[in-house]
Amino acid sequence: MNMTADVVVIKDVWVHYDSIPVLEEINLVIKEHDFLGIIGVNGGGKSTLLKVILGLVKPSKGTVRVFGDTPQIARKYVGYVPQYSLFDLEFPVSVWEVVLMGRLGHTGLLKRYNEEDKKAASYALAKMDMLEYKDKQIGKLSGGQQHRVFIARALAANPKLLLLDEPVTGIDTIMQEEFYELLEKLKTKMAIVLVSHDISAVSVYVDKIACLNHRLYYHDSKELTAEDLEATYNCPVELIAHGVPHRVLKKH
Amino acid sequence: MIDLLQYEFVRNAIMAGILASIACGIIGVYVVVKRIVFISGGIAHASFGGIGLGYYLGINPILGVLPFSIASALSMGWVSKRSRLPEDTAIGILWAMGMSIGIILISMTPGYAPDLMTYLFGNILTVPFSDIILMLVLDAIIILMVYAFYKEFLALCFDEEFATVRGVHAERQYLVLLCLIALTIVVLIRVVGIILVIALLTIPAAMSRQFTSNLKKMMMLSIIFGAVFSSGGIWLSYMFDVPSGATIILVMSVVYLLYSLMKSTSS
Repeated sequence: MNMTADVVVIKDVWVHYDSIPVLEEINLVIKEHDFLGIIGVNGGGKSTLLKVILGLVKPSKGTVRVFGDTPQIARKYVGYVPQYSLFDLEFPVSVWEVVLMGRLGHTGLLKRYNEEDKKAASYALAKMDMLEYKDKQIGKLSGGQQHRVFIARALAANPKLLLLDEPVTGIDTIMQEEFYELLEKLKTKMAIVLVSHDISAVSVYVDKIACLNHRLYYHDSKELTAEDLEATYNCPVELIAHGVPHRVLKKH
Repeated sequence: MIDLLQYEFVRNAIMAGILASIACGIIGVYVVVKRIVFISGGIAHASFGGIGLGYYLGINPILGVLPFSIASALSMGWVSKRSRLPEDTAIGILWAMGMSIGIILISMTPGYAPDLMTYLFGNILTVPFSDIILMLVLDAIIILMVYAFYKEFLALCFDEEFATVRGVHAERQYLVLLCLIALTIVVLIRVVGIILVIALLTIPAAMSRQFTSNLKKMMMLSIIFGAVFSSGGIWLSYMFDVPSGATIILVMSVVYLLYSLMKSTSS
């Protein structure tokens, strides 16, 4: 078992929703310390791919190994920040309780959260500069602050792989920059995968880029061909290239 | 009110009201925050099949309700998660199916079905002591289960997907929650009856939400609200000789509506 090098190995994975293929023939290897951005149109299967890695969606064909195990077993080492806005913000729960949920996999059933859990939770909150808000109800925070709490919740599990679904949607540009600086620091400790429909936001910061539109276009690098982009976005490439740092596109 | 307490049936009624408030205070909070009022109503109404079963077998109808409501909870939970039907459609079908089974079983039972109205609309003033013992046991089970699974239930209600990612068996946990709702319904039937159960599950919890954002405090407050309103309702129903279950619900809803009105005009 190759535990150290390959974080995720996806081989020939297909996912169907009601016999309509959402993911087709996906092959992907994520290595230790990879910082991978997956871009693609909405409905192209980005969230589904993350859910396959998390074991929330079962592929109709193909194999997925995470840290050499099944996704269900490996979940313990995976942090997940779901798409923002899927929450009931009126829910009576405090920031502290939300972040502690990140520790559920570490504390057994029928047990209370212990000192180690609390330490991990406050460490994660402090890292996101949110410790002072720990007793606030989650809905009382601003959108950007809530976002930090959900990242802290993912970090509380001390993950070795961090998955982020559309992480910069709904945060302003300054906060986006801070956010990417944070990821820059985190990537020394864990592999990071983030998906986004916004190529310009992602491309500056990530180390590697893949395109996803039911099929995955990935060369284990930051280089994409014009064909990749066209296949992903189904539109003229110059439209995409506009506003994108030139190093994303290879010269043809 | 104090001199009323010399009567055993009044003492039983107050005790039943408090025991019901404990169950609905705790479980009602989950019903409200997880927004599963409809499925809870479905479980309650489908439990009517259990009343019919009790009559048909010639046993205490409450003992018929217990297995029947658990079975409805499990099948509704399973169907709503797994079936290809939209969740509310599936619940609606099972809701009516349970009631139909009850009606058929009662019609097949020879003779007249006595106190049928009691089970439909509740009559807290006729609760026998044996039912109080049963309510006490069910309350104990509910408290124990919620104490044991508190963090899992919280995660499940707030963000089911994330709970799954963190290793909580969400579907199983959800079914456990629905079973606790079923037990709560059994506790509440004697007090307000099958038709009105849903009010007791939602009003105290919704009211307590106005005062706190902490789930545990919400549960405590709901229990207090429930106990105060049911005692008040019992007293009013005795004074004016009107049905107790409906009176309790009416007291609660009027107070809640007045409070909401006051709040919206002051802000």
